[in-house]
Amino acid sequence: MEGTRLVLSPSPHVRDEDTTQKIMLTVAAALVPVWAAATYFFGFDSIRLVVASALAAMGSEALFLALRRKPITISDGSALVTGMLLGLSLPPSLPTWMAVFGAFVAIVVGKQVFGGLGYNPFNPALVGRAVLVASFATQMTTWTAPFTDAVTQATPLVSGTAGYSELFFGTVPGSLGETSALAILLGGIILFYRGVLDYRIPVGFIGTVVVFSLLFGQDVVYQLLGGSLLFGAVFMATDMVTSPITPVGRWVFGIGCGLILVVIRFWGSLPEGLTYSILLMNALTPLINRWTRPRIYGRGVKDA
Amino acid sequence: MKIRNFRGGVHPEYNKHFTSDKPIKVLPAPKQVVIPLTQHTGAAAEPTVAKGDAVLLGQEIGKASHAVSASVHSSVSGTVVAVEPRPAINGRSVLSVVIDNDGRDAAESMSGHHDPIQLSAEEIKSRVEAAGIVGLGGAAFPTSVKLNPPEDYKIEYLLLNGSECEPYLTADQRIMEEHTEDVILGAKLLAKAVGADKIVIAVEANKPEAIKKLQALAGSHQIEVVALAIKYPAGGEKQLIKAVLGREVPSHGLPSQIGVLVQNVQTAWATAVACRTGKPLIERVLTVSGDGIKEPSNFLVRVGTPFKDVIEAAGGFVGEPGKVIAGGPMMGLAQFDLDVPVVKGVSGILVLSNKMVKQYEPLPCIKCARCVDVCPVYLMPVRIELYAMNGMWDHAEDYGAMDCIECGCCTYICPSKRELLDWIRVAKTEIVEAQRRQTS
Repeated sequence: MEGTRLVLSPSPHVRDEDTTQKIMLTVAAALVPVWAAATYFFGFDSIRLVVASALAAMGSEALFLALRRKPITISDGSALVTGMLLGLSLPPSLPTWMAVFGAFVAIVVGKQVFGGLGYNPFNPALVGRAVLVASFATQMTTWTAPFTDAVTQATPLVSGTAGYSELFFGTVPGSLGETSALAILLGGIILFYRGVLDYRIPVGFIGTVVVFSLLFGQDVVYQLLGGSLLFGAVFMATDMVTSPITPVGRWVFGIGCGLILVVIRFWGSLPEGLTYSILLMNALTPLINRWTRPRIYGRGVKDA
Repeated sequence: MKIRNFRGGVHPEYNKHFTSDKPIKVLPAPKQVVIPLTQHTGAAAEPTVAKGDAVLLGQEIGKASHAVSASVHSSVSGTVVAVEPRPAINGRSVLSVVIDNDGRDAAESMSGHHDPIQLSAEEIKSRVEAAGIVGLGGAAFPTSVKLNPPEDYKIEYLLLNGSECEPYLTADQRIMEEHTEDVILGAKLLAKAVGADKIVIAVEANKPEAIKKLQALAGSHQIEVVALAIKYPAGGEKQLIKAVLGREVPSHGLPSQIGVLVQNVQTAWATAVACRTGKPLIERVLTVSGDGIKEPSNFLVRVGTPFKDVIEAAGGFVGEPGKVIAGGPMMGLAQFDLDVPVVKGVSGILVLSNKMVKQYEPLPCIKCARCVDVCPVYLMPVRIELYAMNGMWDHAEDYGAMDCIECGCCTYICPSKRELLDWIRVAKTEIVEAQRRQTS
């Protein structure tokens, strides 16, 4: 036993197997069914935009980490996820260079300027998307029908011309990843099963929209499946970095997203409000965390 | 059987299969024992012997010195060769009595009671105190102190902790299976000592044999045996009380305030032995396990036996050891000196191979909130870590740093491999230091 070199460190001495990288790659894997559906409906445009956006996101991340003289950590998968999310939130006919620009903005303005992974207050993909909507309003609201590159159509949320089963399977105009409820649910199940998705945010978000749709006499199925609600509630609002860390806070966050979305959709001048609903709630996340601190064990209990 | 659960906690690999079916083997006493005078929470015992003295097995060699302290006894007969500071499992030098074993095990006369349940509450307490019994679950809090709660509180429940939620450890399981009668007797004695009417024995559901044996003997004694969720830290005092009784110990308070006394099953066994035979606490059952040990075992070991003797008795190392831990992998203390002695609170010696010892570079927090979700006292570890890193001690305190039980679930679960518990420990130290400065 002499001369044995032993490692000294404080407890705990064992760690869970999960890592940041595994979590990010799980999200990317959960996006694969959505991407596959988008490719089936919209063909090469789906591959073109998602690949361009993902490569641009990872390239921008590497570039800015180098400029900041930080280790190049794109293997953590977070830029890949941001790029895929942005790509899947774009209309199929968008020019490639706009997707590249959006991904650059998402990573640089949405993430790196705040200090990189973990420090960004807003969902980077949505920051990129918001800038694209503001910069290229026409291109960002020009939709093509599935299986054709034929002309512009409004999404079903506005046009109201689609059967419920079409909405569910996704054979309707819309952004690449948002049309197929089936594919999104599949992705959501992957995330939930792997412990990467907290059910409170999507349930609070979607539940609120359902309740208000009923209250204000809207077609619930259209409100649920006709726009980008499902995609946003499952993949965007649940971004760990930009959503609350307390259990109650996640309910507040989801319900808040739902309320803002309803206000924009029902009374705003925009057809869709997903991007802004989540970005606004991102801004409130630090406050929500402060206001929803869990009750500590043994606080507020009386002696026997 | 209804499974009692609690909020939070984690599911590390339990790895109990290494030793769960290994009967307790008696480890012969070593040639020399090193018996620290601090083996418990509280003040050191004062030495009652000096170099050159002859001592008997079971003779008191350190006297409890303070309200919170415990006496210490010789685990062999022989000659005191030194009373001096020696390395202990906490990494410090602790005043210890070093005794050369004459191999005769000549014992001091011990007076037991043939039917200890006839003993009065006061007699039980004084025997527990005289035997130097401390909590054998790991914290080593002097049992006699726990048996004398503040008088305003009526103890209703004795909760016997047989959860053994630390991975690898099986000593308590073996005690429950092999010494079932003494565990039940000990429970009754401890309950009688504090006037508790109800006894509940809580065992993690992964020990069906122990549950069955306890139930078979408990039926006739108004003792309830309950199964706990298989989840760490089911055996944490606060989590155990919440899971079994639905009560919460007040923050910074004691279980006695809500009418509960919690004792470990091995402590109950030691109490029964002390009352029946008069034998003080000079040995304990511990588990030697891990992928770095040749023959994982459960041993009955004399207090003062060097770690290296115990490791050798278990066949020695397999290849190069990476870490040797006193206790389990979640809360145990890593060791660098294998001459340190086994003390009353050592529930296991765990040897992890180099392969199992991973060192990580902490990555940025991605706010996944898993630490918040698993914290069994409902803290926000990530916030306390942040405040501690920035020296904001008052904020760390406001977020409950002092309520942390240091179970390690937060660090265990963190996907970014951050040292959350380390930073909470730093905050706790600073907060206590600040309070001390304020009052002095």
